[in-house]
Amino acid sequence: MNLRKYLDSIEPNFHKGGKYEKWYPLYEAADTFIYRPSDVTKTTAHVRDGLDLKRMMITVWMCTFPAMFYGMYNLGFQSNSIMAEMGIAGLEGWRGGLIEMFAGYDAGSIWDNLWHGAAYFLPIYMVTFVVGAFWEVLFAMKRGHEVNEGFFVTSVLFALICPPDVPLWMVAMGISFGIVIGKEVFGGTGKNFLNPALTGRAFLFFAYPASMSGDTVWTAVDGYTGATALSIAASDGMAALNTQLSWFDAFLGNMQGSIGETSTLAIFLGGAVLLLMRIAAIRIVAGVMLGMIATSTLFNWIGSDTNAMFNMPWYWHMVVGGFAFGMIFMATDPVSAAMTNSGKLWFGVLIGFMVVIIRVVNPAFPEGMMLAILFANLFAPLIDHSVVKANIKRRLARV
Amino acid sequence: MEHYLSLFVRSIFIDNMALSFFLGMCTLLAISKKIDAAIGLGVAVVVVQTITVPLNNLLYTFLLADGALAWAGYPDVDLSFLGLICYIGVIAAAVQILEMFLDKFVPSLYNTLGVFLPLITVNCAIMGGSLFMVERGYTFGESVTFGVGSGIGWALAIALLAGIRDKLKYSDVPKGLEGLGITFITVGLMSLGFMSFGGIDL
Repeated sequence: MNLRKYLDSIEPNFHKGGKYEKWYPLYEAADTFIYRPSDVTKTTAHVRDGLDLKRMMITVWMCTFPAMFYGMYNLGFQSNSIMAEMGIAGLEGWRGGLIEMFAGYDAGSIWDNLWHGAAYFLPIYMVTFVVGAFWEVLFAMKRGHEVNEGFFVTSVLFALICPPDVPLWMVAMGISFGIVIGKEVFGGTGKNFLNPALTGRAFLFFAYPASMSGDTVWTAVDGYTGATALSIAASDGMAALNTQLSWFDAFLGNMQGSIGETSTLAIFLGGAVLLLMRIAAIRIVAGVMLGMIATSTLFNWIGSDTNAMFNMPWYWHMVVGGFAFGMIFMATDPVSAAMTNSGKLWFGVLIGFMVVIIRVVNPAFPEGMMLAILFANLFAPLIDHSVVKANIKRRLARV
Repeated sequence: MEHYLSLFVRSIFIDNMALSFFLGMCTLLAISKKIDAAIGLGVAVVVVQTITVPLNNLLYTFLLADGALAWAGYPDVDLSFLGLICYIGVIAAAVQILEMFLDKFVPSLYNTLGVFLPLITVNCAIMGGSLFMVERGYTFGESVTFGVGSGIGWALAIALLAGIRDKLKYSDVPKGLEGLGITFITVGLMSLGFMSFGGIDL
């Protein structure tokens, strides 16, 4: 309890009139991160619930861990196998040094793979975290609101949807845009209308397309080009995809892609926890799934000779690209999604519909999950408005 | 048929008047505070656009284009330099008629729109629609489709913006950005969302 005593003893310095008054948000963040805040609602009417914003956000953060660790392992595994194939003995530069300090380049060893992946993921995550925290704290200090744990979620989600080979300064640019323009100009957590992690990612996607998409960025090995499953399917058709990758491999995540998005199984593990604890809205997830299945079945049924993507069945749509990751972690963002119950379902259906539309009929973008969710975010307020309007109408009729 | 359908979808989403060409910004920003008024204005724009683009198309093909007066015996006359003034005249007349119609039959909408209904006359999205029609050489059928589609696209944009601004009422925007500033940022972010259609080739 010495830490508690120490925190209590320095607390007056941060209060109004204290020496470090300006740094209060930082103190508050550190204190509530370590201890449970003792504040309670001061007015009479309130609902008692053990779930506060902090617990909710930390749960989401921890639920990304399966995807994160599997992503690191997979990234290392892919890179190590490719290096063995191409006959490269080791990496140059600081990453090579970092890898060789604790591990080797053996694709058969779990530790080597994990560490290799970590040498790429951890710097991205650290840059995201430090730059993001800088903006967050700056705005909190200037505007007088609190730094809260929502930032943990934004930063880990942003880092997980970056391609492994992205330059670190771009990571800093992306998270700055996401946090400042996507969230803080509207007043911080809970007041924005787009998902901040996706806003940052979309900004990078349109500003530096060469580093964010294409065939060279998905593994960490220089000079190696490997297409993602979606771009193989888009250019060579489902038959070509089936010979290179089995469905089960894609489900487990044994393929290339952004760090966190490859393993549908690992994402569903985290997602199951989120759904069971009712942190992620099951209506949104079900809506996305339904919309995707309906739209892709429709395209299968129409069929096309020139566009191979028409023939991709729904169970493939589910396991490739960012679909699973977006469905579980991005679409269910409680701030930018629709709020009403039936609105959530429609919101989900719109995402599922849009993702298949972009993947199938838009030749410019092989992947569409990010853009589909951003697009649906725009519709969320209007969906809520019409649901509320419809409710009022129905109740008036009953009177 | 498929050609018209693809043009229709194109003009709503891909070539969205408000979010990819940024036309009609003044009304888009000014009338998007209330959802109902925004939807009303959107409907008015759809109606005006549907009437004026085909009308201007007829005007262009039979009077203004190079050699269009051949039917009257003047094959060498090119009146296309009169285009701008003719289109705006047609638009102003159409808006005037719409205004009288609304005043008589839908007074509630007429009152909500107030001064902004006459302002549709100078809405760049309406004028832009007619100019795009000329520049892209649409036929009469195409211009009807394009008029309806681009109107719906603009109406969709203003309805979405109004919904978002309604939600942003609960936001805590920095002093200097309140009002128009944050709305500009919002429109910018919306067009980022609409980028998902960029490159769709229908």
